[in-house]
Amino acid sequence: MSVVFWKELADHFSSRRFMILLVLIVLIGLWATYASGQAIRQDTESSPAQYVFLLLLTSRTDVLFSLATFLGFFGPLVGITLGFDSISGEYARGTLSRVLSQPIYRDSLINGKFFAGLTTVAILWGSILLLVIGLGTTLLGFPPNAEEIWRMLIFTAVGVIYVGFWLALALLFSLLFQKTVTAALASLAVWLFMSLFVAIVSQGIAAAIVPDPSTAEQLAYRTDIENIVSRISPTTLFSESVSILLNPAARVFGLALQSQAEGILPTPLALGQSLNLIWPHITTLFALVAVCFGISYIIFMRAEIRA
Amino acid sequence: MSTVVETNKLTKRYHDKLAVNALDLTVQEGEVFGFLGPNGAGKTTTILMLLGLTEPTSGHVSVCGFDPTREPLEVKKRVGYLPESPGFYEDLSARENLLYMARLNRMPSNEARRRTAEVLEQVGLSDDGQRLVREFSRGMKQRLGIAEVLVKNPQAVILDEPTLGIDPDGAIRILELIKNLNRQHNLTVMLSSHQLQQVQEICSRVGIIVKGRLIVQGRMDELGRAILKERQWNFLLEVGGAANGLEDDLRTIDGIDEIEKRSHGLFLRCTKDVRSDVVSLIARRHLPLLQLRTEDPTLEEIYLKYFRQA
Repeated sequence: MSVVFWKELADHFSSRRFMILLVLIVLIGLWATYASGQAIRQDTESSPAQYVFLLLLTSRTDVLFSLATFLGFFGPLVGITLGFDSISGEYARGTLSRVLSQPIYRDSLINGKFFAGLTTVAILWGSILLLVIGLGTTLLGFPPNAEEIWRMLIFTAVGVIYVGFWLALALLFSLLFQKTVTAALASLAVWLFMSLFVAIVSQGIAAAIVPDPSTAEQLAYRTDIENIVSRISPTTLFSESVSILLNPAARVFGLALQSQAEGILPTPLALGQSLNLIWPHITTLFALVAVCFGISYIIFMRAEIRA
Repeated sequence: MSTVVETNKLTKRYHDKLAVNALDLTVQEGEVFGFLGPNGAGKTTTILMLLGLTEPTSGHVSVCGFDPTREPLEVKKRVGYLPESPGFYEDLSARENLLYMARLNRMPSNEARRRTAEVLEQVGLSDDGQRLVREFSRGMKQRLGIAEVLVKNPQAVILDEPTLGIDPDGAIRILELIKNLNRQHNLTVMLSSHQLQQVQEICSRVGIIVKGRLIVQGRMDELGRAILKERQWNFLLEVGGAANGLEDDLRTIDGIDEIEKRSHGLFLRCTKDVRSDVVSLIARRHLPLLQLRTEDPTLEEIYLKYFRQA
């Protein structure tokens, strides 16, 4: 497996595709960090937030979107870009049967490809965060504290799992449709649906169940339904976990009724408590990756390799 | 001499179509076995089953003493396979492509480098080793494919249509290469083809497969004799000038069984030596005799004969 892994990794890093992604991500990361950093510097009225570095990732003052949102939106594209031609490309070039007639197990090919993609993603994600930390330290004049670093690390891990899902999906499609273009389009269609249309669908379903919320309870119920339905999308899972992870003050996903919020101290949550909140999200994301990858695995092991 | 490939009632069924039907095939060590048949006869499917790239529906296969379905890795360690029109990683150089394959065979890197240079030399590509495969012609790619098959020091190689889509000169070079490898390194070669005239010269034994069934297998001369049991005599006759009605006249000669029009004259299948009769007939009709020669059965005839029967 390591032979395939290193070759694929080398391919990724030398490909033009990766260069474009890298340039794009670095530019946007720099710009977003700089803009929100400047905003924080110039804000002399309010007292500095406790977790300024996390604010760099989540603040959207002066910027269209926060860096975390951008990564959540752009990450799937990276995953799809790295995965959509992994198997179908080998088919198209006619290299698959040559490689598989060498004494390697079939799974080492697919494993090597998947983990090479995942490593690439992890390196990309890690370098953006390093960029944020570096630029943030320069702008703000002090380094991040341990809690912030931990949260960023976990944010990276969740992000890699999330992008890993799209990588696994693209890999699956590249196996199912032996044409590269079809695989790419199918992955993009799923991505569009999951990131844009799920919100509309969940709103529709919630409105159908609770058509006319008149009391606060009903409104909260409707929001709950909406949230639950939209959690079929890994995009929702990711953005919810990030919203908790990068904002220690957050402690609920949807609406909280006045009666529920009573008596809660407005202090930030400890890291463990935040993790407790998003644990189901992370496990679900992980399970989605495993399911996608597992299906590709089964199909690939049984497939007849012609051409 | 040991048996390299042996199949027993090998069968592959795709839905309701029998692609390979109860195939009994043997390839001995050190021979060049020609696996012949028209397109879609089941040649590639058989080869895939030999390598464990697809599972047989029923029957038994043994390659180098291993069952490719159960122990594909043992087979793949020992057998090199060149698929029909092989593809390469176009962004890598020829050498890098070979090195990758060597590494997949778990070859230590200094041995891999040495072996790569060696096989590039063998196939006559040592000057092009650093070039990207993208720039290679079809013939060069095919030779690179053979080089890659040799990288792992195989006991046997299986080549699927090695001359497909290559100009005659290039095809001859590739076949020469295969012949030399077989002679110098005692490499067992199994090659599939539908181009009989091309491969008949280098095959020591052939098997002909039509519609999934192995119709015949054996040494070239044996196959020839098998068909021509009764008709020992074949002649090619070519005359100049207007030969109107010559065929009808020839038919009157006792012993001529069949007359076939060829691009150069007439092909006569006879039951005895009719040359003197034919010559006197030509002389009587005052036609210039250009040639009259015996024709040994070519593989093509054998092939066509069985092909028509199927």
